[in-house]
Amino acid sequence: MANDSVKLSKNLLRMKFMQRGLDAETKKQLEEDEKRIISDEHWYLDLPELKAKENLIIEEKSFVPCENLKYGRMSFKGFNPEVEKLMVLMNPKEEEEKREEEEISRMQTDVTDEEMALRYESLVGSMKKKFAKKRERATIDQDDINQNVAETHTKRVFLKPQD
Amino acid sequence: MFSTLKEKVGEVLLPGDEFSFDTDDTISLTEHVKPEKVVCGPGLRRSGDRLVVCKSGVLRHKQPNLFWIESQQRRYVPAKGETIIGIVTIKSGDVFKVDFGGSEQASLSYLAFEGATKRNRPNVQVGDLVFAQFAIANKDMEPELVCIDSSGRANGMGVFGGGGLLFKVSLGLVRRLLTPHSEIRSDLDQLFPCELVVGMNGRVWVKSSSIQQSLIITNLLQSSDTMTASQRQQLFQRVKQGPL
Repeated sequence: MANDSVKLSKNLLRMKFMQRGLDAETKKQLEEDEKRIISDEHWYLDLPELKAKENLIIEEKSFVPCENLKYGRMSFKGFNPEVEKLMVLMNPKEEEEKREEEEISRMQTDVTDEEMALRYESLVGSMKKKFAKKRERATIDQDDINQNVAETHTKRVFLKPQD
Repeated sequence: MFSTLKEKVGEVLLPGDEFSFDTDDTISLTEHVKPEKVVCGPGLRRSGDRLVVCKSGVLRHKQPNLFWIESQQRRYVPAKGETIIGIVTIKSGDVFKVDFGGSEQASLSYLAFEGATKRNRPNVQVGDLVFAQFAIANKDMEPELVCIDSSGRANGMGVFGGGGLLFKVSLGLVRRLLTPHSEIRSDLDQLFPCELVVGMNGRVWVKSSSIQQSLIITNLLQSSDTMTASQRQQLFQRVKQGPL
């Protein structure tokens, strides 16, 4: 046919509505062409990769971190209570004081781990009941009854009032 | 790695002394040793792979690997994060110019105060004292001060003064005043009620219940710069027992 000999231009073929009719091979070719154009236009410097040398020396201009200097405002013998508050806030506490504080806080935990474990031990049974199915629950109840016989269930019944 | 540097701790070094860390004294073949970093404080400078001493003084060391030169000087060089006492000299539009005793005046934005907004300007007059810290302290640029910390709170910074006295001492004395467990501070604590503002730039502001007492503290601090500990304690004792 005459149509076959006539070739459509590439730009026309690249258009969206022409893509449907294209066969796989021409599609591929078009894509490759496009890729090549992009990579050709994308230019870069032909340099060896720069390696940042790790700097082992850090400069510090201030004396404050070197000598652990304190905050510059101070008040003596309660002359300015606001500043005394600030002093407590701004001056990081020394390690000895910190250690003491830690000890105090340890003492203040009034429920020890063992106590907590004992407390939660009794909870295990009731939680088990909650997750058990109905039939199982019945058996669990029975077990309980068997264990402590003293506990007798008195079923509440309607008592007829006497005239 | 810094054994050469550690050997010199406590010794006097002069500008121009060099240390290099190229050669490792112990090379382990089996494991890859992570290179340690050294922090050089004031008085030491990095040039390439070497450490160069640029102030004369005694080399000090703090664990793990912080080295600096302890030296005496009166000229203040700003360093980022240090708190100083400045005097407002010019009020021009958005910024105040603050004199802090350095080579150049620092700028202080009117927005760098606690609670300041474009509408709500802080009340700062020329001649006021400000306690501020350096946000920018670069040898090539104008230093910049702020009166707030990173979370926007003043924490004692800002305009202060009124009824107090400002005087200058050496930078070494300022550091001695601010070191933890400072002897001068504990001596002062036994005298009388007073308040001090100490700037790292060598300015100290003192306020007490009377002018006389402020003057006494001023003189005590200024003279204790060149005193031994025992001399100072004697003097403080005498002041304490004196007819005041």
